[in-house]
Amino acid sequence: MSLPTRILLAAACTWFAVGARAELKTGDPFPSLAAAGLSGTLPATEGRVVLVDFWASWCAPCKASFPAYARLQTDYAGRGLVIVAVSVDESAAAYEKFVRNLHPPFATVHDKSQQLVRQVKVPTMPTCYLIGPDGRVRFVHQGFHGEDSERELRKEIDTLLAETGHSS
Amino acid sequence: MNAKPTRHILGALLGLIGVTALCGCTNAKLVRVQPWERAALADYTMNPGRDPVATVNSEHVYFSRETANGGRGVGGSGCGCN
Repeated sequence: MSLPTRILLAAACTWFAVGARAELKTGDPFPSLAAAGLSGTLPATEGRVVLVDFWASWCAPCKASFPAYARLQTDYAGRGLVIVAVSVDESAAAYEKFVRNLHPPFATVHDKSQQLVRQVKVPTMPTCYLIGPDGRVRFVHQGFHGEDSERELRKEIDTLLAETGHSS
Repeated sequence: MNAKPTRHILGALLGLIGVTALCGCTNAKLVRVQPWERAALADYTMNPGRDPVATVNSEHVYFSRETANGGRGVGGSGCGCN
């Protein structure tokens, strides 16, 4: 086999291995929430520090994460953090029942067509993205591991808020 | 007609198909069910141990049948009488 053919094969292999699934990572621009066809009321996120969490009613760690996000909302909303919890439930009834039962103090919206989650390609459920005022992803947190996750999120939020002039 | 270039092209195509197939098989990130599509898999009815009575029954059968080979650990002779 000639050298160019080998190079072509290697490139094809690399494309299939890496390019076929490009997850959103730190530094990438986060897709527009307003253009994602989400149902529910979106808070103002323009120029703000935003925590976008992808969850589902069938996902146990997602349910466990809600009290932690409620605490983050209590502690950081006054300093400029906006939390948006995006449900990827296919069932609107399941989404509504979950929100009704937990009654979260932060914004919850429904990505019923799963348009946004397909764009973002979350690696696991739940995954949350901390987005800077420039609309770029600053931190990605996969899964929810209780106090460890909350501690890690608080650290990143504190850092980002301090950078943007919202220190405590 | 010169058959050599045709053979090279065919070889390259076969190689490309082979590499593509191997990539599809070996890359764990190319699973068909995405994390956000697992509602059905996470359903209660997908849990094989959801019925405690059925689990006890099947465990008893397994224990009685397989103890001679070790079963779930230590056990009797495998006669089925325990």
